[in-house]
Amino acid sequence: MVTREADIRARDVRVDLLEIGRMIEPGSRVLDIGCGDGDLLYHLVHDRRVDARGMELTREGVNACVARGLSVVQGDADRDLVDYPTGAFDYAVLSQTLQAMRDTRAGLEQMLRIGKRAIVSFPNFGYWRVRMQLLFRGRMPDTQTLEHPWYNTPNIHLCTIRDFIELCEDLGISIERFLAIDAGGKRSSTAHSARRANLMAEQALFLLAFNGARDSSGAPIYR
Amino acid sequence: MNSIALPHPNYVDARRQHGQDDDPRGSVLRLDAVPFRLVSGAELPEVTVAYQTYGALNAAKSNAVLICHALTLDQHVANPHPITGKDGWWESAVGPGRIIDTNRFFVICANVLGGCLGTTGPKEINPATGREWGIDFPVITIGDMVRLQAAFLDQLGIPDLFCVIGGSMGGMQVLDWAARYPERVFSAIPVATTARHSAQNIAFHEVGRQAIMADPEWRGGSYYGGPGPKAGLSVARMAAHITYLSEAGLHQKFGRKLQDRDALTFGFDADFQIESYLRHQGSTFVDRFDANSYLYITRAMDYFDLAADYGGLLANAFKGTQARFCVASFTSDWLYPTAESRAIVHALNAVAAAVSFVEFETDKGHDAFLLDVPEFYDVLRGFIGAAAEKRGL
Repeated sequence: MVTREADIRARDVRVDLLEIGRMIEPGSRVLDIGCGDGDLLYHLVHDRRVDARGMELTREGVNACVARGLSVVQGDADRDLVDYPTGAFDYAVLSQTLQAMRDTRAGLEQMLRIGKRAIVSFPNFGYWRVRMQLLFRGRMPDTQTLEHPWYNTPNIHLCTIRDFIELCEDLGISIERFLAIDAGGKRSSTAHSARRANLMAEQALFLLAFNGARDSSGAPIYR
Repeated sequence: MNSIALPHPNYVDARRQHGQDDDPRGSVLRLDAVPFRLVSGAELPEVTVAYQTYGALNAAKSNAVLICHALTLDQHVANPHPITGKDGWWESAVGPGRIIDTNRFFVICANVLGGCLGTTGPKEINPATGREWGIDFPVITIGDMVRLQAAFLDQLGIPDLFCVIGGSMGGMQVLDWAARYPERVFSAIPVATTARHSAQNIAFHEVGRQAIMADPEWRGGSYYGGPGPKAGLSVARMAAHITYLSEAGLHQKFGRKLQDRDALTFGFDADFQIESYLRHQGSTFVDRFDANSYLYITRAMDYFDLAADYGGLLANAFKGTQARFCVASFTSDWLYPTAESRAIVHALNAVAAAVSFVEFETDKGHDAFLLDVPEFYDVLRGFIGAAAEKRGL
């Protein structure tokens, strides 16, 4: 049984995590890549009855997750995704971590090899406030989702929504759903189309699938 | 009350705990299901298991925890050791209110097959000859140790285990348990271990065995009643002990410090503290360990290659497992380095097992699994607590 919405609200689950949760069928198998303290995993396991696993780089994050009864493996998404079997999960989730990967393209490719679908969220560098800060202040942006100074930010591969869509097209990845999200994680009411969202949305959430040709092992053959 | 009375004629006395009894073996059980057939095909006509228990089995028999001990350890997990008088080897983690809470769980640890503290091994009597087995004892495997533990638990009337936990060779047994008896393992914690002994692992063991067998007092394994190969066993222990520590740890603890002297002596006395330390490790070891047991148990570890038993693919060993796994390794462990644990995790991932994995930062080397590494204990507490909740304990 799925937890009642009121109970979830009472636990104050982040809104963007709720949105991710809604994209996932109960009973499916999920790998949350870069799962942090396990907030999304916990929500998926307890509220959505999802068989969810995590991968997390930091020992503190893994400790926190294991202590919450979650199954989390310490690992580096850039290095360790290749070790997961093809099609092992229904969904591979990358929540607010895409921009911190060293090889973003390879990461995305791996996600759609491991998972039948991928769910990706990231801060939109095309957001108008970001553009304004660059244009008028001539400074690297400092927003709620991009809060690190340029010299020690983990966000090394920032992109706009349009950039990301283009990468998906290049790889032959289909976008099944797109959600624009504001800074607080709420679904943005002002950005229905991706083009408009590129300017108006602070964050973006994509549900992706690969419908192209696959090799004998079942792995996608990317363009 | 600390233990249960199990209605079995061969059940000696599970209340005889905490090392207060004169018998260093603790509790002893004679196996009913004999002869006990080994993986090699050989049979043991009689088998005895020496073990310790802590806590009480609940009515549902759902709270049993099996601790699998490492090469040179034994069943005295959480009571003073009857021979050395030292604390139990995992007393920091096992006891009332501790991570493996004996108020909550029924904790069992049995001396392994081939061991030398009461369970059938080369120093016990061969019923066919009336003399110690010596090297007539059949070669055993990790799988044999686990199969004996399962038969032993059958006889105790314990259907399945809430948790199987162990480090090093204990971890190998944990993996074998999970592979061999998936329906009897609710959660598994293999620590600082490997699914397969590497060439380097085998090499170090071979050095130890050759040291023992090169000692004239070994006498082809028939040294009982005599002094025994103390020098050889001591050297074996010294060599092995180096592999349990890290270079950084050794440097920090000993460096090039001299032992009770101000200058080098230009001789072969123990000038350096590390030499003195290793000699001490070697000489105290021979008082509590049997040289033939050392040969047999190291051989069992060398033969361990779990994937080989399952068509060469480690993932096959865990196919269909419902157990929850917590795999742990330590950064400075070069005996069973993190890569070995990762291989286990990959195999578990491949079969969609519920697996957690953490590598802990420490300079304590392989021995870290026996020490109170706070983050390690935090994770164990979290994992066991969550598993217990899942099991309704």
